[in-house]
Amino acid sequence: MKIKSLKSRKDSLAQTEKQLAVLNGGIFKDGTLPKFKQKVKSSNLKQVRPSRLEILQINIGYMCNQVCAHCHVDAGPDRKEIMTHETMEEILMVLKKNKIKTVDLTGGAPEMHPEFRWFVEEIKKTEVEEIIVRSNLTIILANKKYNDLPNFFARNEIHVISSLPFYKRNKTDRQRGDGVFDASIKALKMLNAVGYGIPESNLELDLVYNPSGAFLPGDQNALKNDFKKALKEDFEIEFNQLFAITNLPISRFLDYLIASENYEDYMHSLVDAFNPSAVKNVMCTNTISVSWEGYLFDCDFNQMLDLKVNTTSKHISTFDPEKLIDRDIQLSQHCYGCTAGAGSSCQGSIA
Amino acid sequence: MKKSYYQPEDLKNFGKINEWNKVLGSKFFDYYNSVFEEGSLSAREKSLIALAVSHVVQCPYCIDSYTKDGLQRGVEKEEMMEAVHVGAAIKAGAALVHGVQMMNKHDQLSM
Repeated sequence: MKIKSLKSRKDSLAQTEKQLAVLNGGIFKDGTLPKFKQKVKSSNLKQVRPSRLEILQINIGYMCNQVCAHCHVDAGPDRKEIMTHETMEEILMVLKKNKIKTVDLTGGAPEMHPEFRWFVEEIKKTEVEEIIVRSNLTIILANKKYNDLPNFFARNEIHVISSLPFYKRNKTDRQRGDGVFDASIKALKMLNAVGYGIPESNLELDLVYNPSGAFLPGDQNALKNDFKKALKEDFEIEFNQLFAITNLPISRFLDYLIASENYEDYMHSLVDAFNPSAVKNVMCTNTISVSWEGYLFDCDFNQMLDLKVNTTSKHISTFDPEKLIDRDIQLSQHCYGCTAGAGSSCQGSIA
Repeated sequence: MKKSYYQPEDLKNFGKINEWNKVLGSKFFDYYNSVFEEGSLSAREKSLIALAVSHVVQCPYCIDSYTKDGLQRGVEKEEMMEAVHVGAAIKAGAALVHGVQMMNKHDQLSM
């Protein structure tokens, strides 16, 4: 089934306050389940606080060639929000003035931004050690002008992290749309051909697995072995790591949970799987997320809920590392998604 | 009292059986968790066995649990259905093999 973004459907969940009302209401309001803050407190854990800033994750726009059923960004071809040149310049200034190890570019499909390549090359000139691009793979084949992206990535030593929900066609296409699996396989072969994911190469290609439904990801290592075996045997494809990422109950995935009457059970699963040892490594402790408008957030999920950082340094133009490191993280019940089981982050398991 | 013997939410409260007998309950849960750890059989194989047995013992809680467990482990629906057929085949066979007893008794009683 072809799906559209919540925004174009004029779905009430496109409004962040509606999503927060769901997350703060119902089973969390009537006390059936504890709120995230209480759970952290009752587990004798310290409050979630930033430890060091290592990663600047930059969302350069919501436009995308795909409309995935689980997308927490509510991205799609109908989304026109993209970062301005001025905001990109402001980010480059911050990267020049501050020691930031990793820049993680995401979207939408970040490659669709008209200034994507310029921005990458400018970041490359700074002291940033690693540039990650979160690629949906199919963009490489979506238009002739993107066909040479693998070479561009290789030339700039980009760390490519790609979504591939499953190693079989059926589950991938159900989550990401018809034809996505075949296009993804072709794109992975193109990346392998320029050296990505090959054992002796230093070009890193990691895959992201997220469950295609209302259940949590299984053991990351076991899934990695399954993916490696299947992709090698069936398609001669190689990759480095597999990150198992939990779907967080926001945006289109929240809409799916409610529509399929899985919301309460899913929240029970997340709360039951709360793992205290994952709490200290959640990604908001070392990451700042920047929106297409230049606002700062604790993570990409808070960005989608419009929960800006709790400090006066709320925008890239007023970026102040000292204020940012001294902030309290904005928490809600979606945070259970990062602490369930082996934990979850944009770099996979954390516990 | 609720009108149905089975309540889906009872599964979430399974752990509460410890409230009335912690010693025996804890022994059961420790044993249960150990059984499903990786061993000579993989946790994935054990999950499929559990799914098949869940159908044979017709436990709705277990069917819900091990369908979800299989999805989490990347088990595909075709594998799940084959496992259910294995369970069903054994159950059917167990019924049918008694046919030999029937035949023996029939012949014994007949002239």
